[in-house]
Amino acid sequence: MTSGRRRTTRPFPWRRSLWIAFLLAPALVVMMLFVLWPLLSAFRFAFYEFNGLRPSGFIGLENFRQVLFEKPFSDWTYNALKHNIIAFLALMVFENGTAFLIAFALLKALPGHRVHQVIVFLPVVLSAVIVGFLWKLFLHPLFGLVNQALALVGIGAIPWLGNESTALGSILFANIWHWLGFPTLVLLAGMQRISKDVIEAARLDGAGDYVLMTKIVWPLIAPSVTIVTILTFIGSFNWFEIPYVMAGLTGSPGGATDVLGLYFYRTAFGSTTTGIQDFGQGSALAVMMFIIVAGVTAIALRYLRRREIEL
Amino acid sequence: MSRRRIGLTFLAASFAWGLAASAARATDISFWTWRQEDKAAYNELFTDFTKLNPDIHVKFESFPDENYPTIVSTALAAGKGGDVIHTHAYGWLEQFVKAGYFEPQDEKTVPSLANQPADALISGTYRADKKVYSLPFASQTLGLFINKDVFAKAGLTPPATWDEFITVSKALKEKDIYPLANGMGTSWFNEMFVAIFTNPFLGQDFVTDLTTGKTTFKDPRYVAALGKLLELRDYMPDGFEGVDYTTAGQLFISGKAAMLAGGSFDIATYRSQNPAINMDFIAPPMAKAGDVPQVTKFFDGGYAVNAKSPNKEAALKLVNWMGTKEFGDKFSALLGNISPIKGVVIKDELLAHVAKLNETAMPHINVVYFRFQKPTGSELLQGDITKMMSGSITPEQLAADLTDGLAKWYTPFQGK
Repeated sequence: MTSGRRRTTRPFPWRRSLWIAFLLAPALVVMMLFVLWPLLSAFRFAFYEFNGLRPSGFIGLENFRQVLFEKPFSDWTYNALKHNIIAFLALMVFENGTAFLIAFALLKALPGHRVHQVIVFLPVVLSAVIVGFLWKLFLHPLFGLVNQALALVGIGAIPWLGNESTALGSILFANIWHWLGFPTLVLLAGMQRISKDVIEAARLDGAGDYVLMTKIVWPLIAPSVTIVTILTFIGSFNWFEIPYVMAGLTGSPGGATDVLGLYFYRTAFGSTTTGIQDFGQGSALAVMMFIIVAGVTAIALRYLRRREIEL
Repeated sequence: MSRRRIGLTFLAASFAWGLAASAARATDISFWTWRQEDKAAYNELFTDFTKLNPDIHVKFESFPDENYPTIVSTALAAGKGGDVIHTHAYGWLEQFVKAGYFEPQDEKTVPSLANQPADALISGTYRADKKVYSLPFASQTLGLFINKDVFAKAGLTPPATWDEFITVSKALKEKDIYPLANGMGTSWFNEMFVAIFTNPFLGQDFVTDLTTGKTTFKDPRYVAALGKLLELRDYMPDGFEGVDYTTAGQLFISGKAAMLAGGSFDIATYRSQNPAINMDFIAPPMAKAGDVPQVTKFFDGGYAVNAKSPNKEAALKLVNWMGTKEFGDKFSALLGNISPIKGVVIKDELLAHVAKLNETAMPHINVVYFRFQKPTGSELLQGDITKMMSGSITPEQLAADLTDGLAKWYTPFQGK
């Protein structure tokens, strides 16, 4: 007696595999050519000395030693790294914190919430170059909107981007204005996935907004928080466009806005006005940035995923 | 068909063939530059060249200044790029020459090199083999722009000495005019600002001592000259730390500021932005009356031939023509730049005055001597000068940072 279930066998399984391989091939070729190959080239160049613009000899870890331990290069590296870390912390607290509060407010679907949702997200669609340029104008010491407004209450010209103590904060503010809508939408999507029954049950138990936010919503949007945290970290360590537009390639004033992206770019590709290119040192910086981003992301993901389960 | 008609057809066909053959023989070469704003002038110059060399056509191709080194080095590394490349000078050029990207130029391939003065040729020469790789195109002069109308209205005379500068600035400030338009918002412009105001206090002897290893930037003369810059803060615009190059130019040409420390390369720009401007370009304030007026001079760059160019002969022909007096005369007239070519006649009165100031000029020290290896003097100075002007470091600290940073590769500074 044969089994009632008939086992279906595909006549040509290799054909299916071949078809899949055929479909994947173009994407793989593009990935290898434009992602893997440059990445491997950067790894290779990081171990070479450059004579002018050509690699002249294998020097092992010398480029890494210079950017990590030899002054003034090491000072510049740690200064830029410090600003990347500050950027990450500031964005986590101010950008994502504000985004969480806005998302929670939008969740309540008060009248006009759709318009607010669009307004919050609108700057995200603008190019970083436009945003940087716009805020550079707003913060101009003599003609900027911000100082004009402050002048009305008797406050004199503040060189927001020219002062070491305000420059990084000003650039971070512009960045938050630009990106606030993105974490807001991700967190809002996470909040909207929470079952209404859970929220209603909490309300019936007498939970107010604060308790609802901290005891119900926050733990249940853990997957969205993971995504936002990881993307903020990657964004903070690859930060380039807005600092470049607002503070220039040198991270002025006096390196107060320098970040690893700017330092890497001007080391590898030089600048007409500061001098020469060093692909070796630049590649060493790029490799370090890759290790930091990939390493920390992997560890953070592991921790955050575990946290999602615990919560 | 009549015999006459056959003859005419044959003649027409021969003519067309001749034209086609001539067009096929014509060489198209490209000229790469970062000077987008000079397109019309260069196209006019290239038309003159093609009149003299009908078989060579030159195409002007420009790229953004900030990304120019990246674009050029990437193209040259791939064996591509323009046939003639507009280069910057000194250390910028050297890195390309080291990589073998440019063709050497000599009296045989570029006879017009003989028209260049010695100091100009240094800017296009590779220090290791002493060969010229880029034919110098212009000298730039750094000094003090004066808005003559503002001075006349205020009843003041442009200052010649430092003390006069301070007195005049105080008077201008009392009349609600910014004495000096400069700010600290643009790094490369800040470096020029330093050179302009410190050079008259340093003098040629300091440069000689510096380049022969007798002294370093820690020298009291340099520290004292840096200290003088701090006195200027009172006469710069409100929030000067954030005032950039563009704003400084606008303050000056609009008459809101009376003076601007800047470069002769902006004479044409300011005139085009405000055709009514009545301006002068003078030497920055001397340390004391009786000193030699000292502007700062450097050579901006030159014209190099791509070593991988398939049209090397035509490219060298163009570069050679760009070294002739004929080119230099028209170049200076069209672009308001000072061509270094000997015998060039500069008709513009202000530009001719700048050329005269060049006779006693000081070199732009960082650009001419300290941009050959990393860290460059420019990187170090541009990083520190904003800190010094905002008071977070002292002139002594800046001088020490500059010396110690350069000591990484400039052996005369090592251990000092």
